[in-house]
Amino acid sequence: MNHDLIRLVEQSSLKASPPEFEIGDTVDVHTRILEGDKERIQIFSGVVIARSGAGTREMFVVRRIVAGEGVERKFPLHSPRIEKVEVKRKGVVRRAKLYFLRDRIGKAVRLKERRGK
Amino acid sequence: MAKGILGQKVGMTQVFQEDGTAVPVTVIMAGPCHVLQIRTLETDGYEAVQLGFLDKPRRLAIRSERGHVAGLGSKRSKKRVTAGVELPKRADCEPKRFIREIRGSAEGFQVGQEVTLAMFDGVARVDVIGTSKGSGFTGAMKRHNFSGQRATHGVKKVHRHPGGTGCSAFPSRTMKGRRMAGQYGSERVTSRNVKVVRFDLASNLLLIHGAVPGPNGGYVIIHESNMLR
Repeated sequence: MNHDLIRLVEQSSLKASPPEFEIGDTVDVHTRILEGDKERIQIFSGVVIARSGAGTREMFVVRRIVAGEGVERKFPLHSPRIEKVEVKRKGVVRRAKLYFLRDRIGKAVRLKERRGK
Repeated sequence: MAKGILGQKVGMTQVFQEDGTAVPVTVIMAGPCHVLQIRTLETDGYEAVQLGFLDKPRRLAIRSERGHVAGLGSKRSKKRVTAGVELPKRADCEPKRFIREIRGSAEGFQVGQEVTLAMFDGVARVDVIGTSKGSGFTGAMKRHNFSGQRATHGVKKVHRHPGGTGCSAFPSRTMKGRRMAGQYGSERVTSRNVKVVRFDLASNLLLIHGAVPGPNGGYVIIHESNMLR
């Protein structure tokens, strides 16, 4: 009974059609940010290495290399500030958390592309 | 008028506001409650409204609990009626699990009336009273936020101890009220002046900003806050 009520509350905060992507995909995350009183879209692109949580608390982690330094950002999936998540490339992966990418540098970071279906 | 209601803590989650900020909320199932009794200055010396929340199966309710919410038609009550004594009004509902009084004027309340969240319309801040989770016999660090002692520098097996508890030869005893280890939790706790995030009148849900004392499923009393801001 408790879980049903919580789900009912979360319903209003969930996106009707949450962005679709999978672990290992290379994505562009479009976030709306407020600069002064103007709103603009900022794009963060990288590889999705983890997804966690459920309901309104679902989060995903995107990792990319900026100037030789690894950068990870964690986004709330259902946040209204996430405009959209564009899948640029699909990756072949065999696990749900790609934390092993943190230990890799250079060419080793690349994931094989998954083609067609 | 006493603005209060009884409820049950459902659990916590987060909701997004229009500007994208995530707000941590506690979901409380509040009401509907029945007014079981009204306390007046003449009969009780104070003013309050007695509310009952959630039905209790009749087989579990003792006779006095059943008689509190509805007339049982006992021999004695019949005798009193024939003698011309007016019996107190009953709510005529099922026996209740959780019964508490909300202090304040009972104006506009009648015995048997159903109280819902609708009466909280326009209320921005409330006080929430619950029974905190019991932690059992707890050390001074957890119970009173003592600092404990160092991890190194010659401290021997007293890392979480409270330290000294008083003076020396005079007065040769520990003063009363010295904070020490003991039972912690499982007591009445009031969260004052907490923000109301949203009402859901259709499903009797109240969303409160932040945490509320007690476990999920614990009973809580909610009333309008008397703090100014």
